[in-house]
Amino acid sequence: MASSLLSFGSASPLTLLDPLKVNPRVGGSNQATFLGKNFIKTKKSFTRTSMAVAVEVSKFNELTMAPPDPILGVSEAFRADTHEMKLNLGVGAYRTEDLQPYVLDVVKKAENLMLERGENKEYLPIEGLAAFNKATAELLFGVESSVLQQQRVATVQGLSGTGSLRLAAELIERYFPGAKVLISAPTWGNHKNIFNDAGVPWSEYRYYDPKTVGLDFDGMISDIKAAPAGSFVLLHGCAHNPTGIDPTPEQWEVIADVIQEKNHIPFFDVAYQGFASGSLDEDASSVRLFADRGMELLVAQSYSKNLGLYSERIGAINVVCSSSEVAQRVKSQLKRIARPMYSNPPIHGARIVANVVGSPDLFNEWKEEMALMAGRIKSVRQKLYDSITSKEKTSKDWSFILKQIGMFSFTGLNKAQSENMTSKWHVYMTKDGRISLAGLSAAKCDYLADAIIDSYHNVS
Amino acid sequence: MSDSVFASIVQAPEDPILGVTVAYNKDQSPVKLNLGVGAYRTEEGKPLVLNVVRKAEQMLVNDESRVKEYLPITGVADFNKLSAKLIFGADSPAIQENRVTTVQCLSGTGSLRVGGEFLAKHYHEKTIYIPLPTWGNHPKVFTLAGLSVKTYRYYDPKTRGLDFSGLLEDLQNAPSGAIVLLHACAHNPTGVDPTSDQWEQIRQLMRSKALLPFFDSAYQGFASGSLDADATPVRMFVADGGECLAAQSYAKNMGLYGERVGALSIVCKGADVASRVESQLKLVIRPMYSNPPIHGASIVAAILKDGDMYTEWTVELKAMADRIISMRHQLFEALQAKGTPGDWSHIIKQIGMFTFTGLNSDQVAFMTKEFHIYMTSDGRISMAGLSSRTIPHLANAIHAAVTKAA
Repeated sequence: MASSLLSFGSASPLTLLDPLKVNPRVGGSNQATFLGKNFIKTKKSFTRTSMAVAVEVSKFNELTMAPPDPILGVSEAFRADTHEMKLNLGVGAYRTEDLQPYVLDVVKKAENLMLERGENKEYLPIEGLAAFNKATAELLFGVESSVLQQQRVATVQGLSGTGSLRLAAELIERYFPGAKVLISAPTWGNHKNIFNDAGVPWSEYRYYDPKTVGLDFDGMISDIKAAPAGSFVLLHGCAHNPTGIDPTPEQWEVIADVIQEKNHIPFFDVAYQGFASGSLDEDASSVRLFADRGMELLVAQSYSKNLGLYSERIGAINVVCSSSEVAQRVKSQLKRIARPMYSNPPIHGARIVANVVGSPDLFNEWKEEMALMAGRIKSVRQKLYDSITSKEKTSKDWSFILKQIGMFSFTGLNKAQSENMTSKWHVYMTKDGRISLAGLSAAKCDYLADAIIDSYHNVS
Repeated sequence: MSDSVFASIVQAPEDPILGVTVAYNKDQSPVKLNLGVGAYRTEEGKPLVLNVVRKAEQMLVNDESRVKEYLPITGVADFNKLSAKLIFGADSPAIQENRVTTVQCLSGTGSLRVGGEFLAKHYHEKTIYIPLPTWGNHPKVFTLAGLSVKTYRYYDPKTRGLDFSGLLEDLQNAPSGAIVLLHACAHNPTGVDPTSDQWEQIRQLMRSKALLPFFDSAYQGFASGSLDADATPVRMFVADGGECLAAQSYAKNMGLYGERVGALSIVCKGADVASRVESQLKLVIRPMYSNPPIHGASIVAAILKDGDMYTEWTVELKAMADRIISMRHQLFEALQAKGTPGDWSHIIKQIGMFTFTGLNSDQVAFMTKEFHIYMTSDGRISMAGLSSRTIPHLANAIHAAVTKAA
């Protein structure tokens, strides 16, 4: 490669180089151009010393342009579109009926309180804000939970869901070498990137059944059973992303049975607690089911959606262990992973959560705002369903729109159909057919219904 | 209950630096002194939030139009541009030629880690040379990033200064293209910086061997009190047209420690390369934490873009730097007055937040046990943790350690 040909190895370090006498191994031709580019710079402040690098090609010359992130890249494309009917159903960020971003009132109140108090900005401990860690574990497991009473949970503040998953993935790589993580087919697009970068092998278990636009439960159980004992099974606590399809409580029991039989380790991703049904406790029931069985498990949490704290990056990794002594050791090792990654986590979001959850008034207010957000999503689901079924008179069953839960709906549209949604209708979504209902207003349901019907019938 | 799946996981020791504060917090003594972690303290021994930071925060909270939407993977665009200007200079040709990519990261640590992972994935030389000694977290950051870590000589305990010939020799012997970590100013833990002539020699040597500079800039403005002066070594390298990486932290110079604000800049040969590099940096960041936290970066951007606030900041920054310099002089004078054996002039020659006292780990342990003084076992003390009131206690402790302990 060019940079290695232009080695200066023969030059003594403190002598200056005349560019016209540069190492003749460089193709022998006119030294002033290389690959057609004139790279001998003349600058106003040209000094003899600056000539010491005049002939070098970039060390990063071989890099290719990486493709845009499939999810976050959708918003970029949406912003660039000037069409008046454009609709962003890409990333899962809640929008009001006016399709505006929403900062919760309780969050504003908490931030004002924090400013009035004039708190300092000292480093948090590596494991994060203690008040936040306590609050988040209580919120997830329930304040009465035996796992908390017995102090068997190692909780470490992480950078929202992604960061918390990454801490856990690094822990798995270090302490469970060779162990696999089983992820659902499909799952959130970034899961595989996280495990890849952490060096953890993964494989998929069947989940989505395109024929029913529902859960392939038998396939799921069969694949979990077939995996090598001691595998980690990544489960979405509620509001599965991207499908919106959750197991029923009875199905959760069977999943827990199989995991226990095979000595697998459950690993929950809880990004929508409170957002799916509107109830914090109900949305945590799958996690609590497993915890109540006395199982060891991992749970990554995020406050991006349920407290609208997307850009504050606030979440946690929880590891439920068989004893408090083990939990302490696990926590110490999670710290050892966090320190060389970012030293200690950001304070702002953690304080907001701690303040909201810690104040009975703010906590109640939060629950109300969350019920409103979840309620709005349920109502656009209904409106979309009504709109599609009133326009489209075939026997296709669209009820999956109502059965699915949470921010997302898996429409069943394939890649080409999804692309048609964007290119013809200026509806932005991910290529797997996922739409974010959080980005849909009641006013736009008719338009979206037209787009979906057109893409479904006229594109293959 | 059956055996834990986590049974084989052992208790990790406390982090050697952050663990000092943990130990300090447990101590009940009324005279205890925390000279461990480098966090600025006022003369009253209190943490400090800069006035200009409070002002910026108030502005942000009052702004009804502000939202908490996900930032782009690369962070706040204004923040990135302004950070690049801060370190490279507003008139830097590299910036004007669009040859710099800057991404918001989690303070200095996060910037180093993202840069390290990027290099491990995309750079042909996977070895990074770090100075001996260096900040305790450096080797861990780069090892976990996937690089192999070697050292170059830096500190000379005999002179308590720079081992310059050792440094040059070790860099000369490094393989062509190797990455070299350089502390931009206020070397941590020693406080020993090269002179500008020495920097120029280092630059020439590195360029002649195509060594890739990776600057760690955690104290810009804090070392001398001047933001521009403290950026001189970095700008010297950029001025020669070559490539380099720079990790910036706003933890100390803006007192934003817990907000985790920093930036990684990569200066490339051309705009097209810079653009491709940025796209690859995004692939490193997305599986680590998706996108960075907004609060701290918004504060920094608000301050850097407003002329008055920027000026206010430089005044507050200089006041912090001046107080530290004054602590250095007071400690030196106190030891002189006591007639403590040894040459303590390094206390006033070294620069930045830390002093490498030259005390050994036994002496340090003695000072902790007998005097309740907390510092890292390498003898590093944070001058920022001292006040006129506590200097006599520290001087007594040093004197006792040197005259009594082995």
